Amino acid sequence: MIELWNSLPEVIRILLKIVVILAPLMGLVAYYTLAERKIIGYMQIRIGPNRVGPRGLLQPIADAVKLMFKEIILPTRADKTLFIIAPLLTLAPALAAWAVFPFDENLVLADINAGLLYILALTSLGVYGVIIAGWASNSKYALLGALRSGAQIVAYEIAMGFALVGVLVAAGSLNLGDIVRAQSGNVFTWFWLPLLPLFLIYFISGLAETNRAPFDVAEGESEIVAGFHVEYSGMTFAVFFLGEYANMILISALSATLFLGGWLSPLPAAWVEGVFPLDSGFHWLLLKTFFFMFLFLWFRATFPRYRYDQIMRLGWKVFIPITIVWILVVGLAVVYKLPPWWSA
Amino acid sequence: MGFEKFLFYVLAATLIAAAGMVVTRRNPVHAVLFLVVAFFSSAMLWMLLEAEFLAISLVLVYVGAVLVLFLFVIMMLDVDIATLKAQFIRHLPLALVVGVIMLVEIFLVVGPGNFGGESFPNPAPQGPDYNNTRELGLLLYSSYLYPFEIAAVILLVAIVAAIRLTLRHRPDTKYLDPSKQVYVRKGPDRVQLIRVPPEPRRVPPTATPTSGVEDEA
Amino acid sequence: MLQTMRDYLRSLLLLELFQGLGVTGRYLFKTKFTVQYPEEKAPLSPRFRGLHALRRYENGEERCIACKLCEATCPALAITIEAEPRADGSRRTTRYDIDLFKCIFCGFCEESCPVDSIVETSCYEYCFEQRGEHIMTKERLLAIGDQYEAEIAAARAADAPYR
Repeated sequence: MIELWNSLPEVIRILLKIVVILAPLMGLVAYYTLAERKIIGYMQIRIGPNRVGPRGLLQPIADAVKLMFKEIILPTRADKTLFIIAPLLTLAPALAAWAVFPFDENLVLADINAGLLYILALTSLGVYGVIIAGWASNSKYALLGALRSGAQIVAYEIAMGFALVGVLVAAGSLNLGDIVRAQSGNVFTWFWLPLLPLFLIYFISGLAETNRAPFDVAEGESEIVAGFHVEYSGMTFAVFFLGEYANMILISALSATLFLGGWLSPLPAAWVEGVFPLDSGFHWLLLKTFFFMFLFLWFRATFPRYRYDQIMRLGWKVFIPITIVWILVVGLAVVYKLPPWWSA
Repeated sequence: MGFEKFLFYVLAATLIAAAGMVVTRRNPVHAVLFLVVAFFSSAMLWMLLEAEFLAISLVLVYVGAVLVLFLFVIMMLDVDIATLKAQFIRHLPLALVVGVIMLVEIFLVVGPGNFGGESFPNPAPQGPDYNNTRELGLLLYSSYLYPFEIAAVILLVAIVAAIRLTLRHRPDTKYLDPSKQVYVRKGPDRVQLIRVPPEPRRVPPTATPTSGVEDEA
Repeated sequence: MLQTMRDYLRSLLLLELFQGLGVTGRYLFKTKFTVQYPEEKAPLSPRFRGLHALRRYENGEERCIACKLCEATCPALAITIEAEPRADGSRRTTRYDIDLFKCIFCGFCEESCPVDSIVETSCYEYCFEQRGEHIMTKERLLAIGDQYEAEIAAARAADAPYR
């Protein structure tokens, strides 16, 4: 096997690696939609979809088939090219960001130095899909949704960026793998504790970045129907959906990596040396990511939608000042080697 | 080296084509989107120069933030192409003069004399531990500290000026302050439900004559 | 001042949000009471107002005497009645149409009927496959009445003590 692997050309090997990362991701997206409907249903004392397949387990496949065979409707006087490109622009950054994501101690597609910056840059590109979709649809609701979403994403991106600045000050590196390694120790040396405000702000900004409840004014079903993607149907709509969920998974995985120690085991290494399921590894990362993915759904089932001016207030007048102050605190702690986190 | 050269030519061609589209497209939204492509291609060119920090910063700052605001403004504008064209013809001579001056200036600085592979040798290949970002930071905070600080102060002044120009308090607007709204407490600030005890049921008039009189009254 | 400090602290600690999460978190584990419709059905009241029917007496004679009270009382003007004397001299309908697109299932026709002829059954699982099927003619109403007579009679008997 290994000889066969090594005999393949470099390009093919990289492509195969990408497939190995993206295929499970797409499956996860499909079943995330089912999990969302099930979990929110359970929180509303319903049981959610249970007709297609045993306990509704084939529901995502049924949905996908339905969306694939639906007609793609182009609105009159819509900008045809941009209308089709827009959903791809939301999906592509969400997938490309996985390139620098470390799944394990040495399992990473591209171990680049500026990994964190790369992810920030890519997540900031997601807004183009939304804005272009809203503009190209030639529809009032879509344009309103796009403007709301654009303003919201630009506002929260700053808070998100500052939260990440705090992480890189604490870790002293832009490389995601090094950031995880900087957290090694026990549960309390993970960055969630010293960077608690940044951790909360990062995750909440992540909710806003992905246009999820309670920050879903861009879609705002009850006021502007579906916002920027009202005019989309069939596969183009499905691609938007994929992009949104892939982004949610990305934010969850990043929160797990940057603040909850990525692949590190929460148990002290001395206790569980060599015991596979308790040792550090990919499964811990998966578990932490699922925790954050569950939080996304839990929040959606709990909180009512924010009013627009309250969103802006939260982003600009609460989050940004808090992050700036906390970056200063972290900087001082690093310079003066505050134990137990930066004593070494 | 062959693949790198190929990449360079593809990126450079894309950059020039996109830049051409920016100035020739009628639709301003399309022009901005081509500007996005142009920035992206130039970022990739910087990446070829092993300046990954600068390349990603270019994408982050210009594509991720500045051009989004551009798009915002342009999408809200209703551009009248006819008047724009008339203005274009009228201002053509002035534009030509300005353009020629700029061209000459560029030519003087990066003319054929200081252009080409001889004047810009390949950067020396760095070891795997070489950290571009760290080097940049060291340089920025040591030898270029003053220019950096001055730029920061200028930006700060710009921020303060922008806020001062746009921040107006109009006393006559009935504006709800959300930062005060969120502190509303259940007890004294909100509507209170007061439980009023029901009136006791009246005893039906039986033998007492007085009650009968009351009812009639 | 103290109150302001307390407010700030409370909003920064996200206390109210955690309370809300607690509520939904508890409901996640509550027993669900979804009714699996085609297999399970929710119980119906004897007063349920579903599809209409015209009833007959035990001897097979139709009850309706064409008094047109139901037509007069129908708030949606869904009932159309035409009547003329039958060969034996009794007054009968020649046409009794209910337009189910107009009908609002208020049950006034049933209330107004002096001979308990027009009734609303507990049948709610029906559909129209052809244009025009929404007009329930006399024949179809009588057929429904014949089909569900036992249920209709039982429902009337169950509700009788409260009328």
